[in-house]
Amino acid sequence: MNVVQAAESLLALSQQEELEDLSKDDPLSPSEDEGDIDGERKHKKLLEAISSLDGKNRRKLAERSEASLKVSEFNVTSEGSGEKLVLSDLLGPVKTSSSLAAVKKQLNRVKSKKTVELPLNKEEVERARTPLEQEVFNLLHKNKQPVTDPLLTPVEKASLKAMSLEEAKMHRAELQRARALQSYYEARARREKKIKSKKYHKVLKKGRVRKALKEFEKLRKVNPTVALEELEKIEKARMMERMSLKHQNSGKWAKSKAIMAKYDLEARQAMQEQLARNKELTQKLQAASDSEEEEEGAEEEGELVPDAVNEIQMDANGPNPWMLRNHSRGTKEIKVQDPEQLPEPVAHEASENEEEDRPGAEEEILLNEFEERRSLRKKSGLSQEAKLVSRQEPKDSSSQEVLSELRALSQKLNQENQQSGKQNVSSVRTVLAVQREEPTEAEEEPLLLQRPERAHTMEKLEELGKEGCFQNKEVPRPVGEGQQSERNPDNQPGAPKEKKRKEQMIDLQNLLTTKSSSVKSLAVPMTVEELEDEEERDQKQMIKEAFAGDDVIRDFLKEKREAVEASKPKDVDLTLPGWGEWGGMGLKPSAKKRRRFLIKTPEGPPRKDKNLPNVIINEKRNVHAAAHQVRVLPYPFTHHRQFERTIQTPIGSTWNTQRAFQKLTTPKVVTKPGHIIKPIKAEDVGYRSSSRSDLSVVQRNPKQLSIRHKKHLKKNSVD
Amino acid sequence: METAPKPGRDVPPKKNRLQAKKKKPRRYWEEETTLTAAGASPGPPGNKKRNRELRPQRPKNANIAKKSRISRKRQLPKKPRERRNLEPQRSVSGAQDPFPGPAPVPVEVARKFRRIDKSKKLPHSKSKTRSRLEVAEAEEEEISIKAARSELLLAEEPGFLEGEDGEDTAKIRQADIVEAVDIASAAKHFDLNLRQFGPYRLNYSPTGRHLAFGGRRGHVATLDWVTKRLMCEINVMEAVRDIRFLHSEALLAVAQNRWLHIYDNQGIELHCIRRCDRVTRLEFLPFHFLLATASETGFLTYLDVSVGKIMAALNARAGRLDVMTKNPYNAVIHLGHSNGTVSLWSPAMKEPLAKILCHRGGVRAVAVDSTGTYMATSGLDHQLKIFDLRGTFQPLGARTLPQGAGHLAFSQRGLLAAGMGDVVNIWAGQGKASPPSLEQPYLTHRLSGHVHGLHFCPFEDVLGVGHNGGITSMLVPGAAEPNFDGLESNPYRSQKQRQEWEVKALLEKVPAELICLDPRALAEVDVISLEQEKKERIERLGYDPEAKAPFQPKPKQKGRSSTASLVKRKRKVMDEEHRDKVRQSLEQQPQKQEKKAKPLRARPSALDRFVR
Repeated sequence: MNVVQAAESLLALSQQEELEDLSKDDPLSPSEDEGDIDGERKHKKLLEAISSLDGKNRRKLAERSEASLKVSEFNVTSEGSGEKLVLSDLLGPVKTSSSLAAVKKQLNRVKSKKTVELPLNKEEVERARTPLEQEVFNLLHKNKQPVTDPLLTPVEKASLKAMSLEEAKMHRAELQRARALQSYYEARARREKKIKSKKYHKVLKKGRVRKALKEFEKLRKVNPTVALEELEKIEKARMMERMSLKHQNSGKWAKSKAIMAKYDLEARQAMQEQLARNKELTQKLQAASDSEEEEEGAEEEGELVPDAVNEIQMDANGPNPWMLRNHSRGTKEIKVQDPEQLPEPVAHEASENEEEDRPGAEEEILLNEFEERRSLRKKSGLSQEAKLVSRQEPKDSSSQEVLSELRALSQKLNQENQQSGKQNVSSVRTVLAVQREEPTEAEEEPLLLQRPERAHTMEKLEELGKEGCFQNKEVPRPVGEGQQSERNPDNQPGAPKEKKRKEQMIDLQNLLTTKSSSVKSLAVPMTVEELEDEEERDQKQMIKEAFAGDDVIRDFLKEKREAVEASKPKDVDLTLPGWGEWGGMGLKPSAKKRRRFLIKTPEGPPRKDKNLPNVIINEKRNVHAAAHQVRVLPYPFTHHRQFERTIQTPIGSTWNTQRAFQKLTTPKVVTKPGHIIKPIKAEDVGYRSSSRSDLSVVQRNPKQLSIRHKKHLKKNSVD
Repeated sequence: METAPKPGRDVPPKKNRLQAKKKKPRRYWEEETTLTAAGASPGPPGNKKRNRELRPQRPKNANIAKKSRISRKRQLPKKPRERRNLEPQRSVSGAQDPFPGPAPVPVEVARKFRRIDKSKKLPHSKSKTRSRLEVAEAEEEEISIKAARSELLLAEEPGFLEGEDGEDTAKIRQADIVEAVDIASAAKHFDLNLRQFGPYRLNYSPTGRHLAFGGRRGHVATLDWVTKRLMCEINVMEAVRDIRFLHSEALLAVAQNRWLHIYDNQGIELHCIRRCDRVTRLEFLPFHFLLATASETGFLTYLDVSVGKIMAALNARAGRLDVMTKNPYNAVIHLGHSNGTVSLWSPAMKEPLAKILCHRGGVRAVAVDSTGTYMATSGLDHQLKIFDLRGTFQPLGARTLPQGAGHLAFSQRGLLAAGMGDVVNIWAGQGKASPPSLEQPYLTHRLSGHVHGLHFCPFEDVLGVGHNGGITSMLVPGAAEPNFDGLESNPYRSQKQRQEWEVKALLEKVPAELICLDPRALAEVDVISLEQEKKERIERLGYDPEAKAPFQPKPKQKGRSSTASLVKRKRKVMDEEHRDKVRQSLEQQPQKQEKKAKPLRARPSALDRFVR
């Protein structure tokens, strides 16, 4: 079977190739070189297809299924070709030229040279000398206790390395969900962007700016980290404004106004207004102004040095605690460039600021400690990559110098920091009672380490992608951690409550996620047909499911609960506070009294949707329909059900055969058509006849009478 | 003057009445011979009645064209046969009647027409009441038998596509079907290639004779699709969201970009209803003459088209509404929402009658079958589900589709069509009253564009599909009801007949406030107000007139009426009553205990907290 499929795919492939060739030949300049390359490629593909005939290692399409950075202009990937990418390939020019040979040699030399690690190897330092020490080390060694810095046993390491399948799945699902959300968000944004009204946009923008400013002010007090992010945004907006030609009195309108400005006061004012606006928009914010000069300087270097470096510099003299927070967040970006570098200064700062704000700082310390450890662990693994990156990034020697300086500095700091970090930990343990969050966090640490990245908001997705390209174990983001730790205490008391509800929810969940076999239909819609791979379909499915989320269910249950509450009859409380006992502020009537005067309304009949978790049935009475219902029992019936039985068969001709209809509707008294029915008379009932009855008959036919009168009149007139 | 002829005239009718009283039900039509002998009743009315009797009963539809033909043919030969019948049982032209008496009626068929719900137990009733109940039951039986007997008149049978052993019917293409069927049916498959004015929505008139379609770019047209005669074609120069025939093919409601417009069959704009703005979906309730509109603003508006009044405007409080369908059984409107729920609405209530959580994502399409038993929904989670609407609202089946269905439609006989992308899948069930089984599609068809509207043609095995590239009329064997009721919706009716029908339908218009989930509940006594009135009456009178009088022992003779014996007798009766009460309570107790016992057993132990 497999072989057949493979053969088919081969055939299809070759056909496709031909087609491609055809299409490629069409364009104007079919060069021979290209043809050669094509030929090679074809040959390779053919070989691969043949090798895949054995079925096991079927060729995976190098197709992009997710927003990975596999295919990107910023990254080079060796995916698909099956070869390993070597640096020299990239460095080597297309044609070998002698001019670059010298550089190459130099590079090679650099590569071969072993760099001196600044902190000496720990094992050399901590060698057991005295017998006691030896014994201790022996013991430690037996238990596989790490002697040196990582502080992690191999078992722990292994567990860190291994990420369970479920978690991986969850992670993937989350990614997908975020992606779906992003696309929805984008669609919405596009829709809103399409609105053509300029005024609308103007008003919108103004409102947004005002709101953002207000929020920023608020945030600055409440949540400094986020505020800093906001600040960055504002900064960026300022930069954009500076770059653009807006409000520079250079537009068409401005030019026309400039002509008029000589004569028209209003035009002049308008122009001035615009300029003022420009100034306003390009003005720097107060918070950032402290480090303006440094930043200016940094901006010049901006081309050469990554942003992160600037931030560190900014940091050094920014004592503001809410600005410090940023760097722990900023670490992430920097880590991409040089992993060992970053966390140290932050931790340093944090330790300095410890006295200022205890909880925040300590949190930070812990986080940083943890970061540190990661970085150390990664050092070995990443150094290669880091080198790679560092080689790619700096283009001239000056920048390289800067970087190397930085690295040296950071390593120095690193050492210091390790000690200080340890100190911190010990100090923390002594003051343990003070921090409530601390133990939970400490507990959580290993857990967090294992966990794949959670709490990724949409905007952070790209960063995540960047990380992904390094293929290293994920680094839990400090901010996310902080949030989690914040959330955690709330969760724990709420846990039992949730459990209780779960019983109901499980039902509903099952209901909604009933196993439904997927269709293998003959005709699959066009768009779907393209992704034949089952995995991909599964992925799509999962996106949808992930996107839908549990919120729907929770919302529905909440709504149902509210509806049930609303429909319940309310108890009447007749307690009079202060009656027969003391009353006043803060005094409540006794429980006994309340119990005595509480009139409990009897519980109504059970709701119709009591056992239907996915349904809310409205129990309210339809008053309009009730107006049409029978509300009086006719004579012989004593119970409403008896009467209902007699009126259940419909009589109308819509529901019956014609004969049945006639039979059901025959009147009790049948009269022949044309037969006169005399009105009831007093005699019939038993009274004596009187002259009045005649009169009544006459009165009943006024029309005839009038006709008769008319005739009389006519006769009279004729006569 | 008037009293003079009285005695002379009075006599014969009295006799008549007497005769009538003797044989009450068979007054006019059974006694025909005697009447004709007496010359009292003329021939024509009798004939007319007989004709009527031939008419099939309503719920099952019958072909009126055929009926009229048959009746005309049989008018003359019927009389002699009637006479033959009248010479009872002895012999038919000398031979013994091998099947004497009326033909037997299959019980199952008759049971179908039974309407009395015997599931509820009746309290003990007195003899008078009992006799009334018996009469009602006898009547019901008789009627059901009559109805069952007239099933014979439903001449047409539904066709179906059946694959030879192992053959999948879904593999049969439209072209194959067209080749196999007769020319008249083959002509019902056609494609309208209208690429210019965008995706189309379409609607068939209630008789199934006319087709209206509206393209998103303003193209609106109606045509007699059987003869392909174009009735009108206009461009409204505005986006068309939905289109729907009102009670007849003469009126057409079009939901345009801004407002709701009503056109007649010549394309003349009759009304522009500005109170219904930004309408996305239309639905017409034929028995109530209500046009239900769902709008972008989240309002569900009911417009009475017979008087032009808005009966109700309900705020669904769920954002934009663009998924709507009606339940043909009880005229309840189903709305699908983005939070995965489907809500059921009636104009009489401000809140939804029910809310059903169907999907984890938003609901994309909803359809309800013609018996009002099943609801099909499809959601953003790519699922297609079928729900039972008979009180429980639970899913009966679900299926994951490769690309969720954007449009759903039920046919008259319960086939379910789903439009997914550019493919239409049709599922069939086992017979009429069963839900469609989602395992194997019955038919599939690929179109030239994405599906935008689906509608099964009533009384024709045709599915109309509106899509990007125009309109396709698919042949779906077994989709529609083969027998139609000529008095209800007659595809062959003339203009005069239509006008007649219109008047009758208007006279029988059902008030909007009667729409509720269970229409049979209207035939029940309003217990709440009954009790209320009873209570008020007791309050007014100061005593309960219906209460049982306390036992008073009758005086007896021969010295047995002593005070002691009276008291003894009284006590006896009291004790008896008391015993009854105790017995009753004892009977109820074990049930209660059972109920209580369960929670006792399930009581959590202290160690349970460690169980995870």
